[in-house]
Amino acid sequence: MPRDTGALEASLSDEVLVQVDNLVKYFPVRGGGLISRTIGQVQAVDGVSLTLRRGQTMGLVGETGCGKSTLARCIAGLIPITSGKVTFEGRDITNLSRRAMQPFRREIQMIFQDPYGSLNPRRRVGSIIGEPFAIHHISSGEQRKRAVQELMERVGLNPEHFNRFPAEFSGGQRQRIGVARALALRPKLIICDEPVSALDVSIQAQVLNLLADLQDDFGLAYLFIAHDLEVVRHVSHDVTVMYLGRIAEQGPKTPVYESPRHPYTAALLSAAPAADPDAAQARQRIILTGDVPSPINPPSGCRFHPRCPKAQGLCSEAEPELQSKPGDPAVHLTACHFPVQDGEILARAGRRQSR
Amino acid sequence: MSLLEVTDLRVGFPTSDGLVRAVRGVSFSVESGRTLGIVGESGSGKTVLTQTLLGLAPGGQISGKALFDGTDLLSLRPDELQKIRGAQIAVIFQDPLTSLHPLYKVGWQIAEMIRAHEPSTSKSQATARAVDLLGRVGIPRPAERVNDYPHQFSGGMRQRVMIAMAISLAPKLIIADEPTTALDATVQAQILDLLLRLQQESQTALIMITHDLGVVADIADDVMVMYAGRAAEKATKHDIFYAPHHPYTKGLLESIPNSSAAGGRLRPITGQPPSLINLPSGCAFHPRCAYVMDRCLTEEPRLVAVGDAGMHRSACFLPPTALGVTQEAEAERKRVVVQGRSDAAAKVAEEIAERPEAEGSVIA
Repeated sequence: MPRDTGALEASLSDEVLVQVDNLVKYFPVRGGGLISRTIGQVQAVDGVSLTLRRGQTMGLVGETGCGKSTLARCIAGLIPITSGKVTFEGRDITNLSRRAMQPFRREIQMIFQDPYGSLNPRRRVGSIIGEPFAIHHISSGEQRKRAVQELMERVGLNPEHFNRFPAEFSGGQRQRIGVARALALRPKLIICDEPVSALDVSIQAQVLNLLADLQDDFGLAYLFIAHDLEVVRHVSHDVTVMYLGRIAEQGPKTPVYESPRHPYTAALLSAAPAADPDAAQARQRIILTGDVPSPINPPSGCRFHPRCPKAQGLCSEAEPELQSKPGDPAVHLTACHFPVQDGEILARAGRRQSR
Repeated sequence: MSLLEVTDLRVGFPTSDGLVRAVRGVSFSVESGRTLGIVGESGSGKTVLTQTLLGLAPGGQISGKALFDGTDLLSLRPDELQKIRGAQIAVIFQDPLTSLHPLYKVGWQIAEMIRAHEPSTSKSQATARAVDLLGRVGIPRPAERVNDYPHQFSGGMRQRVMIAMAISLAPKLIIADEPTTALDATVQAQILDLLLRLQQESQTALIMITHDLGVVADIADDVMVMYAGRAAEKATKHDIFYAPHHPYTKGLLESIPNSSAAGGRLRPITGQPPSLINLPSGCAFHPRCAYVMDRCLTEEPRLVAVGDAGMHRSACFLPPTALGVTQEAEAERKRVVVQGRSDAAAKVAEEIAERPEAEGSVIA
């Protein structure tokens, strides 16, 4: 399946499944004492916009604490958002009440990272996968059992294992149980939060292939969160790179990976270990210094400037707008005052001696 | 002579369900100034292997030999081993938060390590060395940070503290067990870079245990691929990646998404790793192997030379000519498999091909 053509059709509005506009999520930081008052804000997500298109995958990458999981939970309606707007098929679903949100919950499902923690160990697999039917009062008895067994078969589990407990399955199989549960109500969007990070390489490939098949068969859209850049490249049509609550770069997969404009994207790509010794030796690594700063008190201007090999005076003063670099396709956006040029080498931050 | 020479190491853990055969006859050696990457999935025995060398796998039934600088580590008394552990062989674990004591300042923890092995060092001398070490591993303002507690450091900084502790007594060998798995990509790059630089400065030998082939591609010289407690394949890094022989190694490489195949199908290894209590007969990999032959069901293949003047060794019955990922190699494998397969193996191959994740990658 070609995974690059989608971006060209972005303008077709009927392709848009979920539109996120300027989403902001702050968590209050409270002081101790009897009367706890708010002494600060964790700016987990700070003004993020993105479009999820029907049947396509948006990859979301960034390091720990960049807000990618919080963003996913906001879109799924699991936590209220501070400001901004989320629309699903053109209807505003921002901070809906429980009851008003109910019909949309069928359409948006999640798969979590930890296949151990996300399944109730005391319930049988059949009842775990059948739970969405129970919640939404769909089918019962034999009919539900049949539906669950069909799902199990679809995700590559043995339907006869209907009555087993999660502990009797391996990590990869448990992740399949999670996939079957997410699939039960035939959602239009599945948010995958690091779905393969806890799995061994050979099992990871099995689950990635399964997710690709389900997308083709059911026209699913995925919001795919992962820290492994090669995995994201493999599954995504579009990619959003986040840094400290903001979007650093966004666009169709190929331009973002092949000509990254934001120095952070370039550094991430150069730092990712590739299973190819010759390529590892040939490439110039950009080793970033320092760690990701605290989202309670983010740096001024461009949030990346204290670690950026290209930072200049302007970067600490003014926040760069998310826009496309002149000459680039309009859908390839970057928030940088001094975008990386083609062929530019960012080795100033320290070059790795390879062997 | 190699710095560390391990011969036919076997470790089993008796449990109420039976004997867990975690390591089943592994031999390898490490030279000064070189890096051995040990790759394997969960349960392949890679961690038990190295922990046994250091006496950190209590309750195990151990046999074999592990000569470190001429001394057999496995025959040492606990107090003798303690003198070597930390001073001559240092370990860096995956999770830097649980490997540091939360209630003691990091400087104190490094100084304690120095004083435990060098009782004549005074507290102030040891602390001064701790400051110097923190500086060497790239912690800014080491003289102040030496008085901080572990929770005041980020994950990458904590791992730097662990590395400072590991190099504090100039060990001859460092064993790093998934040292970057818990870290973000940019921080992982910093830590690998640091390990490489320190190794080059002092000619330390390094054993890097990881499940991540990317990390191995980056820093190893030689690679040992483990499966179900045995070495499946041993070779230089280049041969492992570009001319793999064992179908498991080949399968691992094909499972990884990479840019050349972006968006295409991955070719996963079918099935699950076996239980170490109840291992399959013959080759432990045969129930997942696309090239399964009759011999594989009954005989356990030994590690034999398949190329590179005997340096490239593989525990597989496929002939040395079936080496690499080229079309010729694949044709050769197919030819051998067709000859070597009758009813029994054909049945196994059929079962493998019927698994939903097989995707026609199996020669049926």
